Amino acid sequence: MSAKTVDKIATAVIIALAGLIVLIMAGLLGFILVRGLGHISFDFLTSPPETIKEGGGIGPQLFNSLFLLVLTMMITIPLGIGAGVYMSEYAKPGKITDFIRLIVEVLSSFPSIVVGLFGLLVLVNLFGFGFSLFSGALALTIFNLPLMVRITEQGLASVPLAQKEASLALGLSKWKTIQSVMLPIAMPIILTGTILAAGRVFGEAAALLFTAGMSSPRLDFSNWNPLSPTSPLNPFRPAETLAVHIWKINSEGLAPDAPEIAAGASAVLILTVLVFNLLARWLGRVMLKKFTATK
Amino acid sequence: MAQSGGRKKIQPHIIEEWTGKIYASFCIVLLVVTIFSMVYYVATKGLSTFFQNGIALSEIFGSTNWKPDGEPAVFGALPFIFGSFSTSILAALIAAPLGICAALFMVEIMPKFGKKYLQPVIELLAGIPSVVYGFVGLSVIVPFYRDIFPGQGLGILAGATVLSIMILPTITSIATDALAALPPGLKEGSYALGATRWQTLSRTVLPTTMPALLTGVVLGMARAFGEALAVQMVIGNAPHIPRSLFESTSTLTSVITLSMGNTVMGTTQNNVLWTLALILMLMTFVFVFIVRWLERRAKR
Repeated sequence: MSAKTVDKIATAVIIALAGLIVLIMAGLLGFILVRGLGHISFDFLTSPPETIKEGGGIGPQLFNSLFLLVLTMMITIPLGIGAGVYMSEYAKPGKITDFIRLIVEVLSSFPSIVVGLFGLLVLVNLFGFGFSLFSGALALTIFNLPLMVRITEQGLASVPLAQKEASLALGLSKWKTIQSVMLPIAMPIILTGTILAAGRVFGEAAALLFTAGMSSPRLDFSNWNPLSPTSPLNPFRPAETLAVHIWKINSEGLAPDAPEIAAGASAVLILTVLVFNLLARWLGRVMLKKFTATK
Repeated sequence: MAQSGGRKKIQPHIIEEWTGKIYASFCIVLLVVTIFSMVYYVATKGLSTFFQNGIALSEIFGSTNWKPDGEPAVFGALPFIFGSFSTSILAALIAAPLGICAALFMVEIMPKFGKKYLQPVIELLAGIPSVVYGFVGLSVIVPFYRDIFPGQGLGILAGATVLSIMILPTITSIATDALAALPPGLKEGSYALGATRWQTLSRTVLPTTMPALLTGVVLGMARAFGEALAVQMVIGNAPHIPRSLFESTSTLTSVITLSMGNTVMGTTQNNVLWTLALILMLMTFVFVFIVRWLERRAKR
């Protein structure tokens, strides 16, 4: 066989495999949306689940997921940006910094179930937070911190050196320079990364099984007092999120329409992640245009 | 003020600088303390199986017998270790060629088309939650295998298939970065000698980027090794080493997921589960060190 024929065959194989990936993806999305979209209705999104009867919804689970997302991001963003600023601006090159980098890398590849088990041991039992949204948010913070640190570092590294030096030359302190000059320039990258991290929080389940719990108490959506145990806003109540719910009805669901509920909930989950993805792309583009001179 | 008049007043910008510095250091210290306490707590819990409950190391790692409720109870974790390794290695074997081909397509064959269509597709795959993969695996892949192969469809191959789709984005994005970072002179030199594209790819591009490509594969394997729920849903969860790819079995993560909630803290069975978690954690270290070693080779 001549070299040219081999080349043609190889090219065809590569294109075919790339096409296969697109097909898998299209099949995956199509399957979930076709199976799930028909089941989504206002009633499905707002009503509570049923254990053995047909027609349960995912209202509390959806609310728990969104609430947990807000709680987690409220803890993760300040800590992650702080740690990222330290790694990028204050850390002096040397053994200690290398070591910190190594353990951040290790933390980022820890299986989420191990993070969940650590949460069970320390947050739920030792600190006595119990199975609660708060424990779940802290576990997800541990899980997401390395990503946030990396995003912040990337963002700060993209700031032109001249801009940083100009600010320092004007006599601004280092922290003021970071705060008022560098972080605004790095914001598009940080924000895009944060939204993608939020998508990860929304879909995470393994780390939540043993921290936020697998059950949801009866919620009273007219009670907005965060200290009351039936209030949806109480961060110290157990809460089953959407992703955990999908897992639970697939492994021990008793409702006759469990597959439909799982399909509907999966479609909601996928659509939310899709929205996060598009939002991140759009915001990143808009902010890049606004803050820099690129067209 | 009479007393403070002699002393120099601290400038506000120095206070500001210190506040910022202390805040940033606090964040990083918190991160380091968290990781160390994680290792400490999981290790003490996991090792108490051997020191408190007196289970022999050889029983956990040498026995294929898992009978936590038996008289006497036997805790052989070999089936789970085997399940975890076989599913993640098989997943990497399926995903590696696919991912590397996708990267070659995006960088070398049709950069414009690839950047515009394939890249968003891959990024979206990365964002899909693992339970959704598990659900799709359970409702599409398992019935499919049940129809064409003997057995129930649940098992190592179903798990590996689901995992391979999950780790595809990891492998592809790292391979894409590695291929794009290759100095153009290398390729141009090969083309100038009259080599075809495939000759250039197979004899110049792939060998040069091999360590970086392998980094992606190992990272993908690490992810597959630690994935819990998607695997648990399609693996079948029987505690023995299967005789075929389509026979129900278990992984480290799946047995932890299923049993941790049903056992009481402090009992022997519960402690053994923590030992399995410790194995997962140690394997993470191993994966990170392999990745570091490969990265050092890629830099040379």
